[in-house]
Amino acid sequence: MLRKNGRDSFLAVAAVFYFRQKGSCKMEATKQKFKQTKAFKLTVIVALACTCVAATLVCMAVGSLSYTIPEVFQALYDTEAEARLIVWNVRIPRILCGGMVGICLSLAGCILQGVMRNHLASPSTIGVTSGASFVGYLTLVALPQYAHILPVATILGSFATTMVIYGLAYEKGVSPVKMILSGMAVSAMFGAFNDIIRTFFAEQLGNASSFMVGTLNGRVWSDFRMIIPYMVVGVAVCFLLPAKMNILMLGDEMANSLGLRTERFRLFLIAVSSLLAGASVAVAGLISFVGLIVPHIARLIVGSDYKYLFPASIFLGYALVVICDTIGRVILPVGDLSVSIVLSFIGAPFFLYLLRKKNVA
Amino acid sequence: MYFGFDNISIAYGKRTILEDVSMEFEKGKITTVIGPNGCGKSSLLKTVPRTVTPVKGSVLFEGKDLRSYAPKELAKKIAYLPQLHTSPADIDIRTLVSYGRYPYKRFGSGLTAEDRDIIDETLELTGLSHMGNRLLNNLSGGEKQRAWIAMTICQKPEILLLDEPITYLDIGYQIEVLELVRELCERLHITIVMVLHDMNFTARYSHRIYVLKDGHVFDYGHPDTIISHNTMKDVFHIESQIIRDGKNGCPFMIPEKL
Repeated sequence: MLRKNGRDSFLAVAAVFYFRQKGSCKMEATKQKFKQTKAFKLTVIVALACTCVAATLVCMAVGSLSYTIPEVFQALYDTEAEARLIVWNVRIPRILCGGMVGICLSLAGCILQGVMRNHLASPSTIGVTSGASFVGYLTLVALPQYAHILPVATILGSFATTMVIYGLAYEKGVSPVKMILSGMAVSAMFGAFNDIIRTFFAEQLGNASSFMVGTLNGRVWSDFRMIIPYMVVGVAVCFLLPAKMNILMLGDEMANSLGLRTERFRLFLIAVSSLLAGASVAVAGLISFVGLIVPHIARLIVGSDYKYLFPASIFLGYALVVICDTIGRVILPVGDLSVSIVLSFIGAPFFLYLLRKKNVA
Repeated sequence: MYFGFDNISIAYGKRTILEDVSMEFEKGKITTVIGPNGCGKSSLLKTVPRTVTPVKGSVLFEGKDLRSYAPKELAKKIAYLPQLHTSPADIDIRTLVSYGRYPYKRFGSGLTAEDRDIIDETLELTGLSHMGNRLLNNLSGGEKQRAWIAMTICQKPEILLLDEPITYLDIGYQIEVLELVRELCERLHITIVMVLHDMNFTARYSHRIYVLKDGHVFDYGHPDTIISHNTMKDVFHIESQIIRDGKNGCPFMIPEKL
């Protein structure tokens, strides 16, 4: 059932892209007009929200032990139900964690692509990936007895790295290009540190390096409780700030003259996205690729107005991670394929498609 | 002083671009700043949205330093249109124009009925009403520029600063934009300050002209006195003939040679 569901949605997405490119001029024009309407954008957002609900239900049902949807419902409110143990204790926390991670990462990516005015900006641009893995390795090697504080260390590490990059790029304000370049340089440096640690402390690390591979396997309610505050902040941002984001997109000069304090706002946004992405990495490891592709897909469908882009990204992020994780859970006869692998297999071809597209500036 | 620059000096690193430049702009008039490339015209305008911070001096509005105004309050008084603008390609004209209402927006709220009326009025005034839902991407340069000007008008400013508003446009659109600017000045009594490179358009559409050269104000006055053989020679190092454009009531400059 799930596989069919997944295939159908891919076909639908593929069809949208096909018609975007191949539609005749006239069709293109009418379609363009329709695609600009509020009604269309709201429909898409509602449809995506429904997809999230449907995906959650289906993903609760499928797996090594499959249940019917009524059985799943029963497990939700009846503590004695047969499916309770698996559905309530194993699948729901995992699905919700995946969903929250998807929301946090896509919001972070969405914000950053706007702040940097760059299509390639993602949480790794502001050092979240490098900062998180560096601090993660450091904790495992230097303080192995504190491995349980890894999530907190990861969030702090990525946030600190972001601030260092911001500081390095700062000179009477931060230009997006400077920030991206400093981010690349700092990430490269941390990458080298990581390699050194991996080379010299291979024994201590043992198989602990698994935190590098993004996975949702074995996530429990406490993980969900850890990420939920960040998600709430992220969603609050997306409800309160679209107008400001839209103004920032007009460029610093224009935004300044419209009365937006661009520098302060940018720092705020960078900090928020760093925390969002850091929390996701703490829960699910490095699957930040979501932060790159989800905003792009959302933008292709609902356009760049943040009023629509934020909600679309939230739902798309949730659905994509949950569906990919479930695909990874059921695709192998035995064992799990980690969510980051499934995401990359789907995300990378899409990204290549974006590169081939003419109007990617 | 209503609006102007008070002893402004601007430097990039050790290079001083402008030194002790003072200008005063008359209320309700179009004033154009001209001068050779790199003389600091654009930098001077950029001190108003605070993109460029002067090392010395200040911008004055109604006798007070611009820095004493809250950013949003200032945005309701002074609008600025940079030479190069960036925006997402897939928003429509109406959406762009509505961004001009940002300074009036309360945190977290949407457009009010009053905002919508003002947007409609502005679209009407700038001749864009019939194409409000066209995407910026599909517009010609002239239409785009009109949309951007409409956005600044939506701020309901008293003063509008335009940095080279006609630079990338063909001659038809150049006239169209400048006619629009004149109309804004006459109908809405907006004080206009702009930077132009075309001497003849400057002569035709300005009430007053400031000439900048080597980081200083070289001259100031009415187009009839400024657009002269001597100014062209001293500032741009060209020989020229000045004839009278009787129909438009302004001087017309024919450049000759270096």
